[in-house]
Formats: sequence, structure tokens, C-alpha cells
Amino acid sequence: MKIHEHQAKQLMASRGIPVPLGRLAKTVDEAVAAVRPLIEESQNPVVVLKAQIHAGGRGRGTFREHPDVRGVNVITEGKTGGPGAAEEAVRELAKRMLGSTLVTVQTGEEGKIVNRLYVEQGVDIARELYIAVLLDRSLSRHVVMASSEGGVDIERVAEETPEKILKVVIDPAIGLAPFQANELSVGLGLAEEAARAFQRFVQLIADAASDLDTELLEINPLVVTGDGKVLALDAKMAFDDNALYRHPDIAEMRDQSEEDPAEVLAKNAGLNYIKLEGTIGCLVNGAGLAMATMDTIKHVGGEPANFLDVGGGATADQVTTGFQIITRDPNVKGIFVNIFGGIMRCDVIATGIVEAVNRVGLAVPLVVRLEGTNVEEGKRIIAESGLEVVNADSLRDGAEKILELTR
Amino acid sequence: MSILVDKTTRVIVQGLGKTGQFHTDKAIAYGTTMVGAVHPSRHGETAVFEGETDHSGVPGRPDTYRVELPIFATMRQAAEETRATASVVYVPPPFAADAIMEAVSVGMALVVAITEGIPVADMIRVKRYLLGSATRLVGPNCPGVITPGECKIGIMPGYIHQRGRIGVVSRSGTLTYEAVHQLTLLGLGQTTAVGIGGDPVNGSSFVDVLAMFETDPETEGVVMIGEIGGTAEEEAAEYVRTMGKPVAGFIAGTTAPPGKRMGHAGAIVSGGTGTAEAKIKAMTEAGIVMAETPSDMGEAMARALR
Repeated sequence: MKIHEHQAKQLMASRGIPVPLGRLAKTVDEAVAAVRPLIEESQNPVVVLKAQIHAGGRGRGTFREHPDVRGVNVITEGKTGGPGAAEEAVRELAKRMLGSTLVTVQTGEEGKIVNRLYVEQGVDIARELYIAVLLDRSLSRHVVMASSEGGVDIERVAEETPEKILKVVIDPAIGLAPFQANELSVGLGLAEEAARAFQRFVQLIADAASDLDTELLEINPLVVTGDGKVLALDAKMAFDDNALYRHPDIAEMRDQSEEDPAEVLAKNAGLNYIKLEGTIGCLVNGAGLAMATMDTIKHVGGEPANFLDVGGGATADQVTTGFQIITRDPNVKGIFVNIFGGIMRCDVIATGIVEAVNRVGLAVPLVVRLEGTNVEEGKRIIAESGLEVVNADSLRDGAEKILELTR
Repeated sequence: MSILVDKTTRVIVQGLGKTGQFHTDKAIAYGTTMVGAVHPSRHGETAVFEGETDHSGVPGRPDTYRVELPIFATMRQAAEETRATASVVYVPPPFAADAIMEAVSVGMALVVAITEGIPVADMIRVKRYLLGSATRLVGPNCPGVITPGECKIGIMPGYIHQRGRIGVVSRSGTLTYEAVHQLTLLGLGQTTAVGIGGDPVNGSSFVDVLAMFETDPETEGVVMIGEIGGTAEEEAAEYVRTMGKPVAGFIAGTTAPPGKRMGHAGAIVSGGTGTAEAKIKAMTEAGIVMAETPSDMGEAMARALR
């Protein structure tokens, strides 16, 4: 689960991790009202207005409705015109940002609607660094990654100048050891006050990652200020969904408006659904088989409309919800149901399909491939239902048949 | 021969809730030697399993079975009383990592964790706890391990299996069933089928299981089924270069969009790593015969054997 930057910073601040002062604004007036207190408290006439969406690349992203406005804006009017000028600048920008569509390299062409702004104090930046805590799957350990190249695309740094990426491995029984924090700060060329501040910082975020079950905790950039302070200028946090049960306060931070409505509906029904751009809907049991079904549709020349894994023990109700979700997608020209019944019996799935079609209706061709436990009974139920269903003998056969029917 | 489990394997079930109860019954019907259970609230009871024998399983048994399993409070008691060699974990996710470590602590040779949804941090601790132990962990989030005709530990349907000469190792449950079914229809059969699970941190890797198949005299070839996410398949491909036995493979997720988690916790392309293309390339270059679709996995194995 992802959260917004302002939520991540609030979590970090509550753990003593240094972040700039900032205020959340959901309306233009709230954004304007945030300006004066921030300037007074920070003693810095500069403020920053940041769009809050679950995607990166905001600084270079622009709004579809206002191509001249970026997702992150540094407002310097306060330097010469005082807080009043800063307020007016924020008002004009906030009007255009709120409710508009921000398109970044990570949102795709469709972009994301901005419903929240974060107004933050200006910061005197001396250096920009990168730091993250993430899982190294090959090692089965969390690692801290750091780089002297902050504020840029870290994947490009890793590709072009891998020597500029430092990595230390965290022992789960010990946590990040002080010598490791020191190694990183020496590697980044930090000295004196900044080195000490950095070591405190990295220790705190390593502990936070462990305590909060983050899947990713990324600070890009981590800035060293002119007076040797270390601050998280940006903050990205994603959490292990399987561990949310032990963090109810974090689970409450979920912002469903950031998620695809069909994916939310599926998740609430216990299904795994991901929308794609193609025309052939699929309903499959098992994640691997569901992926392989999409791949096979593509292999025979079609385009899958979705990933849908109904899991190992789906009920007739879940199958019905799955059908509803698939048929709601206007791109879908045909549906392919692919079931290898193990624990899930084919007769139960067949009953579910018949019920679903009777309840939801079916305006597009349907190909069903059943294999495994009680397959004969399953095929009989579908044959006797009177539904217009095409049977398939294998995954490949089914993919070819649905493609033919949707041509 | 086979790997991991055979007719001498004596199994304790950890977590005799609804799922554990159901699959323990199926395992006994297949002919698995289940010897006890551990369940926090049911200890002291005896669980009775009876029904009709699954004649696709261990040969030469009567048509019906009745088995009484003692339920223990701890793995230590269960291990002392039953001489068990393996355990299977159906414990719910919040308590599953602890259950695995409990089984490791009493020296189980094999622990098969079926549970889906264990937090990553818990599995990282389990992996550290395993260091220096003799226990082999398979899973979590997997269908289990089966040696056809001898022992079935997990949730796979027994009857699609047939004893034969091919090893199967996979991150996906239903794709394992596809491969097994095809191998059975082609008359190649299986020595052992191992689901290593769909989580990002798991007990046994492809390399671990491939190495066991390589030294198993009965196994003549291996089907390896991977999917997007991580680099376990690339590491396995490097190992396959050193193997004497032919390997066939399939990778799921060619059409999966980056940054999206495809059902399994571990099935995600992030930061450009874990793509199907990279895995298929590494495996092809290592001499693995790749199936173009999952319908061709058995055929790919047959080709690799020729």
C-alpha cells in the first residue's frame, strides 16, 4: 500500500526524523492560509507547493489543463514582496493545480487528478543525496541504498554509474549497526556536523522501515542544508500489505481515490484484478495461471483486457463479481474463463459461471476451458445450462477460440 | 528414489483449522503417513479422519481408511511422541513464521509452509533463524511437495500425478498442475513436484531444488516454472549450465505491466528488474528448452529429453 508524501513525512516526524515544516491543503483557501505561518516559523520567505499523488516524477510533470504548471512549484515571490505576495502566488497556482490532472513519467498518459496539496517551507540546499531502505530478494534481507546523486532518477544512476550507489545489508536480528551508518556517511563524503546528522538520520529510517513493515522507504532527495542539517525533502513510503494488520493507523491512511475503482471493488471481494488495455477479458484461478493465460492470448495474436485471479477457493458470488468487473470494461469483446481445478472443483466453478451469466447477462462471446477435479460434471452443468458457451480443450485452444470469436 | 519426501516421511500438521483439517484428510486419503497435529486450542484431543482411499495415491492399500491423530500443544511434544520427520504449516499468516521456527527448533528435516500472506519481515527473520539448522523449508505460499505414489504434503490434487522420471519445480500452484497433468498424459510422469511458492522471500530457491533433482538417480529431467519478479530464475539459469540433466522451462508474466503486483506477493517487476524477457533470455542462453505457452510445457520437456 502506498501513502502520500505528506503522510510519510508526518509518520517520519513522529519518529524524530527531520523533515521540513509543511501543511496539508485540500482547498485553495487552506493552501493560502498555510503560507504565512510557514514563513514565520521557518524564517524563510520561500515556500514550495507540491501536488500529492501516488506517483513520482512530479517535479518535471505538468498538468494537462495547464501545461505551464508543474507538479512541484517553488514560490519565491515572498523574498521581495513579503508574505502577501507569496500568498497571492500560492492562490493562483493552487487554483490551477487542485482538481486538475497531473501527468508524470510514472502516471502514464492518463495522469492523476490532484486532490491534495502540500505547502512546505523553503530549504537552503547545499547537497542532494539519495537514500532508501528496501528488500534485496536475492539476499532475503533489507538493505540501505545510498547515493551522492540525489534528486535524479536513481535507476539511471544505477545503470550508468553503479559505483555511485552504496549498499549495506541489515541483519534482522541486529538492525543497522553504527559502523554501517558510518560506512555510508564516509562513502558519501560527509564530514563533521553533516556526517553526524546523516548517521542519526539513516539509523532512524532503518528502524522506521523495520518497525513499520515498509516495502519501500525512499528519500530522494535527502538534502544537506547550508548549516549542516540533514532533511528529507521528499519521502516515499509503501507498506507490505500482508503486515498492515499490525499497523491499523497506517492502514487508515489508504487513499482509495488513488486506486483504480474496479481494482478496489475486486480487492474488497477477495479477488486480484488488474485492468489492462486489451479486448479479451480473462477469469482464471491461480496467479501464475492467470498471468500465463494473458501471455497465451497475446501469443496467439490477441490483447488481454485484464488480469483476474479468483484464487483457490472462489465462491459463486466471487465468480459473479469477477464477471461484473470484466463486463463493465467497455473494451471487452469476449471472455475467456480458464480453470485448472485442484482444490477448486470444476462443478463449483461451472455453477458460478452459469449463475453469473444469468445474473449479469452476457453480451459478448464466452469460451470456457475446464480441467482438473470434477471436470466432467463441470462440463455437463455448462452444457445443460443452455448458455452459449464454447468449450476449449487446453489453454492454447481456448485462447485461439476466443480470439477467433472476437475478430 | 525421489527428493524431499518418500514413503518413510512422517508428517505433523501445524494448524488444524478448517484448511488444515481438509487437506490432512486428503493427504491421508492419498496415503501420506500423517502422525500428529499441533494446534493451540485443540491439544489433548484426538482428530479422527476416515473415508475412502484415493486410489491414485499410495498403491496396495485397503479401500477405506480410519486414522486417529493426537493433537499436541507444542512441536516439541509432537516430535518427541511421534518420531516425525516433516511438518506442514497451515497456520494463519500472523502466526505462521513462529510456527515455522518452532518446527525448525525441534529439528524437522523438512518444513512445508502452505500459508499465503506472511509478512516479508517475518520471513526475513525465519531465513536468519534457518542459518546453521539442518531443516529444509519449502514455501511459504506454495502448493507443497508430492512424490507420486508415496507421499503428498500440501494442497495439490493427488490424482493428476503419476510416478515417473521428471522433477517439477515451480513458483506457481496452478501452473504446476498444468505441467504435472501434461507430463502424466505424455507418460513421462514425475519423480517429485515441488512448489517453492510465490512470495519474495522463501525457504528454498530454484537452485536448491534443481541441485536435489540433479543428484536424484531416478530424475531424468526437470521442468522449471518461473514468473516475473526478482532474479531467482536468472540465478537458476546459471546453475543449469553446470547440470548434466536436461531442463525445460516456462516463465509467466510476459504481458504483465511493470509496477503491478500480479496476484503473488513476489510477482512484480520493479525498477526494470524481474521482467519475463530477462528471465526467458537467461534461461534460453543456459540451454533450457522454453515452452512458448503453458500448454507446451510437457512437450518442451519431451524435446529436452531427446
